Amino acid sequence: MYAFLFFLNFILIYTIFAVYAERKISAFIQDRYGPMETGPYGLLQTVADLLKLLQKEDIVPRAADRKIFKSAPVIIFVAVFAGFAVLPLTSGFGGSNIETGVFYLLAIISLDVVGILMAGWGSNNKYAILGAVRSVAQIISYEIPLGLTVVCVIMVSQSLNLQEIIYQQGIFINEFDAEAQNYLFGIKALGIETTQIGGFLTWNIFRVPIFFIAYLIFFIASLAEANRAPFDIPIAESELVAGFHVEYSGFRWSMIMLAEYGMMLLVAFLGAMLFLGGWNTALPNIGPVALADWTSGEPGTWPGHLWGAFWLISKALLTVGVQIWIRWTYPRLRIDQLMNLSWKYLTPAAIILVLLSALWRLLMI
Amino acid sequence: MEIANIIFYAFIGITLISALFIMLTKNILYSAFALIATFLGMAGIFVLLGAEFVAITQILVYVGGILILIVFGIMLTNRGKTTKVDTKIYHKFYGILIATGFFYLLARGISTADFGGMAWMTNSNSSPSSIRHLGMKVMTDYVLVFEVIGILLLIALIGAIRIAGHTREEVEHVD
Repeated sequence: MYAFLFFLNFILIYTIFAVYAERKISAFIQDRYGPMETGPYGLLQTVADLLKLLQKEDIVPRAADRKIFKSAPVIIFVAVFAGFAVLPLTSGFGGSNIETGVFYLLAIISLDVVGILMAGWGSNNKYAILGAVRSVAQIISYEIPLGLTVVCVIMVSQSLNLQEIIYQQGIFINEFDAEAQNYLFGIKALGIETTQIGGFLTWNIFRVPIFFIAYLIFFIASLAEANRAPFDIPIAESELVAGFHVEYSGFRWSMIMLAEYGMMLLVAFLGAMLFLGGWNTALPNIGPVALADWTSGEPGTWPGHLWGAFWLISKALLTVGVQIWIRWTYPRLRIDQLMNLSWKYLTPAAIILVLLSALWRLLMI
Repeated sequence: MEIANIIFYAFIGITLISALFIMLTKNILYSAFALIATFLGMAGIFVLLGAEFVAITQILVYVGGILILIVFGIMLTNRGKTTKVDTKIYHKFYGILIATGFFYLLARGISTADFGGMAWMTNSNSSPSSIRHLGMKVMTDYVLVFEVIGILLLIALIGAIRIAGHTREEVEHVD
């Protein structure tokens, strides 16, 4: 219940600042100032925009299918928000600690597609429906490499439970499994035990070096899942005006935007948990300089909660920052290039990675 | 009443109401979207019965896959100028006959079969129902079935590619 309240408020506040960050970063990349007028450094620009949006008239086109049109933004946001239900925020605080965490997350966010189709169809507008169909084709295609890279992690960690996957990547590994041990690069034959060293050395991306490629694929696919550039063909401004949400205004439009930014945060959280150690500290214990112990509290205690939340949220927000940076750096992919990338490059690469991670798992035990 | 019971009945309500809606509405697209609510309600019932994995598979396969396919099918076949995709009600007599017959069979079967007293029901209460357990079973006791399903899906994929490729050749031939 507390996790529900926390994540709901966190998404709202995060979205306000993510939109501001998006504007500022894009401005700096294009050698502009960005918002400067509202508040110091334009900090209150998004708040002002939000107030404007909430006051706008809720327009429903006359030829639109009212019921479908009106309920679509709610479904899109609920589908994305339902994904947050299983995210652990710290070692002891977070959403539902179910055994099938990752599986649930991947299943529930596919409901997003239904909402997008409803929005596109309900608008009764050719740009909206073209945008919706493109968006759905893209999301379904990129779900496959995304799912396969998640399978890689599951094969190594032998668990679908997000909390257990995170525990395995840090110095508290023995709280979940008393006999588990971590080795450098996961290779037991090297004989360098890193169980008590922790830090970034026990993150999945270092524990299994091939996961570096897996994380790249995961990141690219997650950009497509969130309809972000360079995969923003569904909302290509120059061709489709605004894609599936072209007819929306006011509060309903802001819900769709909230869902988009929520999706960015969700995949950033998921990537941080699966590959970058979740709430585990980034600093290793080096001999007497026990940086990992100093920067992470015992699970279940107040320092544990605070350090855990700090590490996980900073990792996730940093990933969101990279997403924004990429959006304003790379040009958009054409629809055929987009499908080529997913089916001809990312999916085969992800299948090979699944095989390799099974082999790597044999080195680890 | 316990909170879990209230939620259980709420899910039953969602399932039944949306199923009725599918039957009564004439707009095919509405029935497709109502089918999503039915599947989600069913998934909720599965969760409350302790079958977490089945529930999530239900969402992933039916909502994330099959329903999207149905909706796409409706959208691509629509030729009208409006958003309405209407249908008429056919075969009223046979429909009611088959439905009541099937309902009678099910009700009779469930009431005569004492599910609570069956051996596999009482055993399943004691055995751990974990996902690890399920995975082990699939890879050992039921590995043949698992592989056969895999081959079946592969054949379906090849078939789909063959059909899609064939039409493209025809189009080129016409030109």
